[in-house]
Amino acid sequence: MSSQEIAFVIVAVAGTIGAFRVVTARNVVHAALYLVVTLSSTGVVYLLLAAEFVAWVQILIYVGAIVILFLFGLMLTKAPIGREALDNQRRGVAFLVGLAVFGGLFYLLQDAFPWTASDVEPVQGSASSIGTSIFADFVLPFEAVSFLLLAALIGAVVLSRKDDAP
Amino acid sequence: MIRLPLVLTFSAVLFSTGVYGVLARRNAVLVLMSIELMLNAVNINLVAFSQHLQQVTGQVFALFVIAVAAAEVGIGLAIVILIYRNRETINVDEVNLLKW
Repeated sequence: MSSQEIAFVIVAVAGTIGAFRVVTARNVVHAALYLVVTLSSTGVVYLLLAAEFVAWVQILIYVGAIVILFLFGLMLTKAPIGREALDNQRRGVAFLVGLAVFGGLFYLLQDAFPWTASDVEPVQGSASSIGTSIFADFVLPFEAVSFLLLAALIGAVVLSRKDDAP
Repeated sequence: MIRLPLVLTFSAVLFSTGVYGVLARRNAVLVLMSIELMLNAVNINLVAFSQHLQQVTGQVFALFVIAVAAAEVGIGLAIVILIYRNRETINVDEVNLLKW
């Protein structure tokens, strides 16, 4: 194993533990804070894969904005604490489905990709190469995403208005 | 470089954890968090394949997925807060009517 892979395994184990705690935590605020662990470790995985721009966007958008949004959502809805209040009665079935999904995915990727070491040179995911790619090949999807964000902004404002007038 | 199946295994673990969370949780905000876990798994796959295939296109797609996830969380939390205001609960088990 190369040093990169050892670092990856350490970060991946931290992220996995965080993800397990997100879906099992009994306190909703703790779940949101464990989500920060998982999202940050995903950002470090992007850095290890030499995708620096995506990594910083991950830290900015996910850890910076989306988790804060989640914390505001939890604060405004007064979520109860305790396992019975947060989990439903079908935990066993859900666990089996999750295990089956993981088993299927793991079997398929074992089948499809060999564990031989790859000697490909990493492509640098710098801001300039990604910007060139976006504005040369993906201009229309980029505009569509900006329109989607505008629609989401207006939709969120309309949905959470307090007055009853239409 | 990190071998591809290692990264894909990590992303499969995250995805199946998200599936479990969506099925097992009652609180709507926690369901949204589990959906974020699944979207993150997809992003890891996109970046890993972008390295495997030596193209930045996968990373551009990951950025688009992040933008769509941000929009989804914003709208999702607005709907959750609206449900809480009308029903005094955000348990997805109890929200089983389309009207009233």
